[in-house]
Amino acid sequence: MNHLLSIEDLDRPAIERIVEQASRFAEVSDREIKKVPALRGRMVLNLFYEASTRTRSSFELAAKRLSADVVNFVSSGSSVEKGESLKDTVLTLSAHKPDAIVIRTPWVGAADLVSGWTSAAIVNAGDGKHEHPTQALLDVYTLQRRLGSLDGCSIWIVGDVAHSRVARSNILAFQKMGAKVTVAGPPTLIPRGIEALGCETRFSLDELGSSDVVYALRMQHERMNDALVPSLREYAACFQIGARRLSPRQLLMHPGPVNRGVELSGEAVDSPQALITAQVEAGVVVRMAVLYELLAGSRAFRPVPEPQLA
Amino acid sequence: MGAPSLVHDSSGAAHSGGGAGAPRDRDLLIAGAHGLDPRADLDGPVDILIRGGQIAELAEPGTLDAHGAEVVQGQGKHVLPAFVDPHVHLRSPGQEHKEDLETGTRAAAAGGFCAVIAMPNTDPVLDSAPLLRSLREAAAREARIPVGFLAAITRGLEGMELTEMAELMGEGALGFTDDGRPVASAGVLRKALQYQRLCGGVLTLHEEDPSLSKGGSMHEGSVSAALGIGGIPSVSESTMVARDAELAGYEDGRVHFQHLSCAASVHAVAAAKERGFRVSAEATPHHLLLTEEDVRGLDTSLKMNPPLAGETDRIALIEGLRSGTIDCVATDHAPHARHEKEVPFEQAPMGTTGLETAFAALHTELVLPGTLGLGLLIERMTAGAALFGLPTPIIAVGERANLTLVDLSAQWVAGENGWESRSENCCFAGRRLSGRVLMTVAAGGVAYRERAFSVVAA
Repeated sequence: MNHLLSIEDLDRPAIERIVEQASRFAEVSDREIKKVPALRGRMVLNLFYEASTRTRSSFELAAKRLSADVVNFVSSGSSVEKGESLKDTVLTLSAHKPDAIVIRTPWVGAADLVSGWTSAAIVNAGDGKHEHPTQALLDVYTLQRRLGSLDGCSIWIVGDVAHSRVARSNILAFQKMGAKVTVAGPPTLIPRGIEALGCETRFSLDELGSSDVVYALRMQHERMNDALVPSLREYAACFQIGARRLSPRQLLMHPGPVNRGVELSGEAVDSPQALITAQVEAGVVVRMAVLYELLAGSRAFRPVPEPQLA
Repeated sequence: MGAPSLVHDSSGAAHSGGGAGAPRDRDLLIAGAHGLDPRADLDGPVDILIRGGQIAELAEPGTLDAHGAEVVQGQGKHVLPAFVDPHVHLRSPGQEHKEDLETGTRAAAAGGFCAVIAMPNTDPVLDSAPLLRSLREAAAREARIPVGFLAAITRGLEGMELTEMAELMGEGALGFTDDGRPVASAGVLRKALQYQRLCGGVLTLHEEDPSLSKGGSMHEGSVSAALGIGGIPSVSESTMVARDAELAGYEDGRVHFQHLSCAASVHAVAAAKERGFRVSAEATPHHLLLTEEDVRGLDTSLKMNPPLAGETDRIALIEGLRSGTIDCVATDHAPHARHEKEVPFEQAPMGTTGLETAFAALHTELVLPGTLGLGLLIERMTAGAALFGLPTPIIAVGERANLTLVDLSAQWVAGENGWESRSENCCFAGRRLSGRVLMTVAAGGVAYRERAFSVVAA
């Protein structure tokens, strides 16, 4: 594996390999000293064109636990308006010879494009509304830890599917792991043609009870401006996951950050069925596994300079 | 009002304009090529003598004396009436880093075209008579083949106030378009249709409902859903075609629908024609040959407006072209600089170049498999002229020489030897095509010769 650009590129064995590696790193995380020297002397560059605290710090923590050097290059969308193109930025940063570039942009396909401009391994940390593959991997990891296997499991992804890269990556990843996926939400937020990804669609939560896992998506307030839903109140009335809609045997997931009282009720967030904090924890070990797979795995035989003693 | 005219046309701005002069006047004998022109009932080997820019004689192969004319050996090749493209972007003034009058018309000649009609979405927008005058003068100096110009329907393409249409027609505009954008307001378009009674000129319409297409970068469907790219539904185009056909019928106006992209639009045009409305339509090679599936790899050369649609749409367009619901082929040649297209798909500007590949691509993908006859393709690639009141290229004695010599069996890979256009954003780049233009004669003079094609002097 040279890059992690999308879940679409991965097959089930590749996903399983990353999840297994993540489990091994999870043991490390329980130790007093949480750091391993696996990527000592390697450089990971975080290139973020969108505001992100969680994903970026999760990648940063993952790289540091593997002893890699981390450089953060945070650019608001406006730096493009200042004139530097994505290509020029990548060429400039590549001059520092990073081993991996973790990139998030608001543009579909940008990570793929960047992989053609640099010799660094590219990790897609979100490309527009397309994919967010490490989120899907950590969600698979979290569910496997809880359920053992996703085979035959029914998962409902609920909410703003149209604008969600998490939804696209998870529809693919959950199905590759043997689960049956249904997406549900208001018709204005379910893109036409999404069934081509293999999932079913519902425009109400009437049959939600049949699912084993409910995966709620973040409802973004800016969607209100496009009048894609008449009001958040009405959205909550129709699609909020609360105690009334959730049975005790169902698991609840959410990619964060949660809008309490919109897509999830406060009590649902705090219920024992909610895996939300487990997902955040999984984020670090799964991203460690991804960086390890890309930089230590297939590239292990690249000559590495002798580490200098401090 | 001035009659519609091309810069370069026989009335002659071109030849008095200096620059493009000398080699054009050389007499030519194209010997032994297979002549094919359905309008002239020509289908067989022929010698064509071009003298003083006119087709002087047509005769059995080997029977004509060159009389000092340059002899072009055409055995095994085809000579066709040269094509007319009613929809190109030459980018001048203001965007010469993408294309200019010289490179754009060189690309056209290399594709077998003898005339093109340029769109007004330049910088500044072609919306005033003085600008049109200076552009026509520039074309007379710089263009390789005759160029006609459409002026904007509304000032600055803003869709609000009409341009001085009568004055623009007087200055030689062939008609009006806000191409690149729709005339979103039905009321504004109705005024333009009313005003057309005074000034004439074809109202040429880019059909798109911005409230439906907003935020979209490709056709709405399973591919856009899978990629997470905002979709442009086909109804964004077809509802506007239907609306504007109604308006044209009501005002008895003359409208031309640009680059149809979907089945519903073809049906709307067919219905309007059935009711006797004065409408015509064009389709591009890319909409006739490619679909949204081709966009999956996010090659920005395949990002265009309207976007490539589904396979059923493509089939409907081909059927429309065959039946005549779609009157002609137009390339919508839309050059963009490499750095503008070398960006993420959603950020890239819309458009593909098309002049150099149009004939070869359609010949390869529609004629060779037997979907469309070669004669019909030639008719559809020349029909754009008459729609805008221009003379149709025809291979007949006494006609001005507008013809192209092609080798239908020559195989080439699009873009392998670069492009005549200044830009390289061609959606057919890298495809193996059959049919190569060897020479183009436009308005009586040689406008293009394929470099590798040797010519023997008499």
